[in-house]
Amino acid sequence: MKPRQQRKFGNTFLNVDSISLSFGGVKALKNVSFSVRKHEIFAIIGPNGAGKSSMLNCINGFYRPQEGTIKFKGKIRNKAPSHQAARDGIARTFQNIALFRGMSTLDNIMSGRNTMMHKNLFWQALHFGPARKEEIINREAAERIIDFLEIESIRKTPVGKLPYGLQKRVELGRALAAEPDMLLLDEPMAGMNLEEKQDMCRFILDSNDEFGTTIVLIEHDMGVVMDISDTIVVLDYGKKLAQGTPDEIRSNKTVIDAYLGVPNDKY
Amino acid sequence: MLFFLETVVSGLMAGVMYSLVALGFVLIFKASGVFNFAQGVFALFAGLALYDFISEDGWVNHLFGFSLPIWLGIIATMGVMIIVAWLVERLVLRHLVNQEPIILFMSTIGLAYFMEGLGDTLFGSDVKPLDIGLPSGAVDFLLDNFDFYVEKLEIVAAIVAAGLVIILAIFFQKTRIGRALRAVADDHQAALSVGISLRTIWIIVWSVSGFVALVAGIMWGSKSGIQFSLSLIALKALPVLILGGFTSVPGAIIGGLIIGVGEKVAEIYAGPYIGGAIENWFAYMLALIFLLVRPQGLFGEKIIERV
Repeated sequence: MKPRQQRKFGNTFLNVDSISLSFGGVKALKNVSFSVRKHEIFAIIGPNGAGKSSMLNCINGFYRPQEGTIKFKGKIRNKAPSHQAARDGIARTFQNIALFRGMSTLDNIMSGRNTMMHKNLFWQALHFGPARKEEIINREAAERIIDFLEIESIRKTPVGKLPYGLQKRVELGRALAAEPDMLLLDEPMAGMNLEEKQDMCRFILDSNDEFGTTIVLIEHDMGVVMDISDTIVVLDYGKKLAQGTPDEIRSNKTVIDAYLGVPNDKY
Repeated sequence: MLFFLETVVSGLMAGVMYSLVALGFVLIFKASGVFNFAQGVFALFAGLALYDFISEDGWVNHLFGFSLPIWLGIIATMGVMIIVAWLVERLVLRHLVNQEPIILFMSTIGLAYFMEGLGDTLFGSDVKPLDIGLPSGAVDFLLDNFDFYVEKLEIVAAIVAAGLVIILAIFFQKTRIGRALRAVADDHQAALSVGISLRTIWIIVWSVSGFVALVAGIMWGSKSGIQFSLSLIALKALPVLILGGFTSVPGAIIGGLIIGVGEKVAEIYAGPYIGGAIENWFAYMLALIFLLVRPQGLFGEKIIERV
């Protein structure tokens, strides 16, 4: 792994501009802005209920923010339907794993390539001609991901039977299978032991390095966040508290106060 | 012996009819995780619409003053079923994304009664003999040579059902849309996140099940006329599903056959000893036993739950 500071980032990839989101009277996000550069690992942190997941849901179109704009690759995507995100190159994982539990690991990962299979239904049904070729290409890609995530042994197992840590890994695999430009990870390490966390970190860093995927992640494990992120944004009660490199965030007084709950006269 | 065979065959044929209805249930359940209580009413509605399109005295005829040829009538009815599918998605399902299955189920009960009433209002509630030129009467060859009685219509129904199963099985297993359907059934959120449009999938699957309902409506209608009791076959399809498994297309067929044969044989051979009318409850008792022994049915996906 290259030292993080030597890496090169591209231009602004995702631009979140003064987003506000409320559910009835509850304000989940208040005027939040930040931008993510291409090839960056960008972490969103904050206490429970800070609006982190809501932010991800806005980015991939599950929620529609009432105010503000979200621009991805220069395209405004506020009004895009939820399923459009995958086609625009945004893949994601969920806080409480959303896998197709009845399907095998391989089928789950293949489903991630859903947007890449276009051939005629008729040929698909016959398993013949151009569709057969397409299926083989996609299958190869899925096998590469299985290789990459070291889950060969559970290829045929229905994912509902797998332990939690492996399910998280399969979910990452499904997201990667779409060959996304940007990956949204909602607490990828939650509920994992130390070893599983280290594996997951390695996979995240490798996908960032090898595939050049831009990564936006939410994580509670501060050790992990400080280690792998290039930029961190801190949310609290739906507001942006701070943004900066891990070192800057570590020494930011407002952030420390918010996390440790130190009373501060400024509030 | 010959009589026993006749009993079995007529049971098999009745089973095919159950299977046709059960198939519609399985499709929707597989693809959207919804148990569509309205499937029987769909079959009824399709039959009513078809009758109306092709007969001389239907509602449409009063509007347009002519009746459609049979093949055009079938296509027009398919069109009606697609519109119904679209409306169901637009007016019901879209508002219930990510809700508990029980809520979706309740909404289909409402849908069933609504469509039954609508069919009544539009087409009238009298029994309508549907005749689209399917062969009827006994198969002469078997009757003459072996003294063996089989209805032609039932043979046709069996062939149609077999054809449907093959097409649907291939559709579900081999195509991208098939995979997308299974994905939607498993998890709405996850399906959206990999770029599957719930709306498109729902309209497709409700249309396909509308098509199956149309086939079932034609078969039942040709056999015993289109009447409102058709919507009650839905209830007979329930034990079929419990036997075959809610998620299995072949299961719907085999479950239907077992129940069809079982109730006929039981009626004729055990009926005299315990007072008859076994046909009415046999299916449900069989289903109950299956629930105890094998709750996922013969071919259903094993229910996986990590504790």
